[in-house]
Amino acid sequence: MPRSNRVPYEAPTQDGRFGEYGGRFVAETLIHALDELTRLYASVSGDPDFKAALAQELKDYVGRPTPLYRADRLTEHAGGARIYLKREDLNHTGAHKINNTVGQAMLAVRMGKTRLIAETGAGQHGVATATVAARLGLECRVYMGSEDIARQSINVYRMKLLGAEVVPVTAGSRTLKDAMNEAMRDWVTNVDNTHYIIGSVAGPHPYPMLVRDFQAVIGAEARVQCLDAEGRLPDLLVACVGGGSNAMGLFHPFVDDDGVDIVGVEAGGEGLATGRHAAPLNAGTPGVLHGSHTYLMDDSSGQIVETHSISAGLDYPGVGPEHAYWKDLGRATYASVTDGEALSAFRILNQTEGIMPALESSHAVAWTLREAARRPPQDIILVNLSGRGDKDIHTVAGIDGIEV
Amino acid sequence: MSRLGRRFAALAGAGRKALNTYIVAGDPAPEVTVPAMHALVRGGADLIELGVPFSDPEAEGPTIQAGIERALAHHVTLADVLDMMSAFRKADQDTPVVLMGYLNPFLRMGYEAFCTRAADAGVDGVIVVNLPPEEAVTLRDSLRVQGMDLVLLVAPTTTPERAAYIAEQGSGFLYYVSYKGVTGARHADATAVAARLTGIRAAARGLPVLVGFGIKDGASAAGIAPHADGVVVGSALVDTMGSTAVAEIPHCLQAQVREIRDALD
Repeated sequence: MPRSNRVPYEAPTQDGRFGEYGGRFVAETLIHALDELTRLYASVSGDPDFKAALAQELKDYVGRPTPLYRADRLTEHAGGARIYLKREDLNHTGAHKINNTVGQAMLAVRMGKTRLIAETGAGQHGVATATVAARLGLECRVYMGSEDIARQSINVYRMKLLGAEVVPVTAGSRTLKDAMNEAMRDWVTNVDNTHYIIGSVAGPHPYPMLVRDFQAVIGAEARVQCLDAEGRLPDLLVACVGGGSNAMGLFHPFVDDDGVDIVGVEAGGEGLATGRHAAPLNAGTPGVLHGSHTYLMDDSSGQIVETHSISAGLDYPGVGPEHAYWKDLGRATYASVTDGEALSAFRILNQTEGIMPALESSHAVAWTLREAARRPPQDIILVNLSGRGDKDIHTVAGIDGIEV
Repeated sequence: MSRLGRRFAALAGAGRKALNTYIVAGDPAPEVTVPAMHALVRGGADLIELGVPFSDPEAEGPTIQAGIERALAHHVTLADVLDMMSAFRKADQDTPVVLMGYLNPFLRMGYEAFCTRAADAGVDGVIVVNLPPEEAVTLRDSLRVQGMDLVLLVAPTTTPERAAYIAEQGSGFLYYVSYKGVTGARHADATAVAARLTGIRAAARGLPVLVGFGIKDGASAAGIAPHADGVVVGSALVDTMGSTAVAEIPHCLQAQVREIRDALD
């Protein structure tokens, strides 16, 4: 279809649907708060004052724009397409998560909320929430699975230094999904004074939309930066997908650019065939968890199953509903890489570029190394380097048998 | 008239309040459930809410979470719960039973398949905690075809206009959640509940209104009941299931329910 005749992409619908996905599957007590958030967001998203205040905050506090970096030695290592890295690891607090927490905290203040809560897996979202809470003088509590607390101890201590209370969650698989259950329970109890900052493009409407919009600064910048550097758009975008916020943030501004291929990389864990992974778009089925209808990993009786990934931030059985929609539309494809491939990419990026990626982001790098080798040198691959890997040093050292 | 309709009509005729009792199917072991249901009825329960175990019960407090975990340790599925229902119905054709759970197991079985099997098993209705009325139309219609009710919840944060909409969308009875929070977290505040219930009962237009969350014994039930058509007791019973030797459970449950029944009457 000629571009001029194409209907521009528009989602979600008024009731929060991305095709058949999304929606609002929560206890009745929370509906009022979601309505309030939806109304407020509708009023501020077209408000130039709000936009200007957010842009100022992203510039002065977060340190945006982040660079788009041409990774020549990585390109050479892969031996094919030219690789650019969008350096979200250079944001304040070391990951893309803060783009969203800054925006949502501004909404919380406008709603008169005095308390922020969050769930966190790798701890990056928890740190980003604790950071904005400190900056605005708000009370902050972060829920984190006890298994993740063990493997992300540096971020736990960072949150405490920032004045947040970190609550270990020992239910279920003791990871991100259980932390999210506990955050929902807190919210339902303290909904009058509390705003729940969901950290991904997941959860009930309007969260998938508003988190996407706050993260879309990544793709908007990358688009302009690529045009400046190369005079054209990239051929391929790559990002890791757990809940999928860094990915949707990069992808969304390119949705109507038909020439740009899009690949999300899920956590293949020990391999899709082993069942020990966190790749619902590759190996899951549609269902309902944490407020939205989306692909998830459940058994034949509808119980959510335990996931596995070396990376705590990807160790989640669901995925944002807009990714589910894009998978079905064919606008993006979703691949996976194993723990081992991600670790290998972690080491390669350290040694070729002097950049230490988060284990989450290492999944995107790993898949890119594979794909770049298959493409000609004139192709451009733009990878979202969603966070830095300092938090993962303990995990990697442990694998190397070294105590740090 | 449905079993729920008959039961509420009989209660209204007798000027009595409904006592609805919740336990988790399969807690602490699958073979306990059917005898426990009969014990609830012997103690004076008018309705039974049978919890369908789900791995991520995001609206439950620690007590019911623990009950669900005990059931899941035995891999109790929605299909197993329907088998338990069939077994219960062999000896009890009168007591209405409503399944309470989270959406994903129902979705996984498929609404049509679930509704057919549930009707065969003698289920009277369904409460799905994370299914607000806007998302519930398909399930409600499938249930209706089989003569079953979709019971909807109203919360303290629900606006009066919305309460009227919810009452219109649901059937069987209306479940008023007495406080903001998870199950079993605190006591229901009779004054606050009374203040809200006048409006909600008007909005309900004759649909019975039952109050749940924070009602754990005869005294708390008797405090709330005058303002409603009945009460729901859950965490207190699940606590008994978890803290009592299996052989003692029917006897203990019966005594516990009897104490609440007597206070209500």
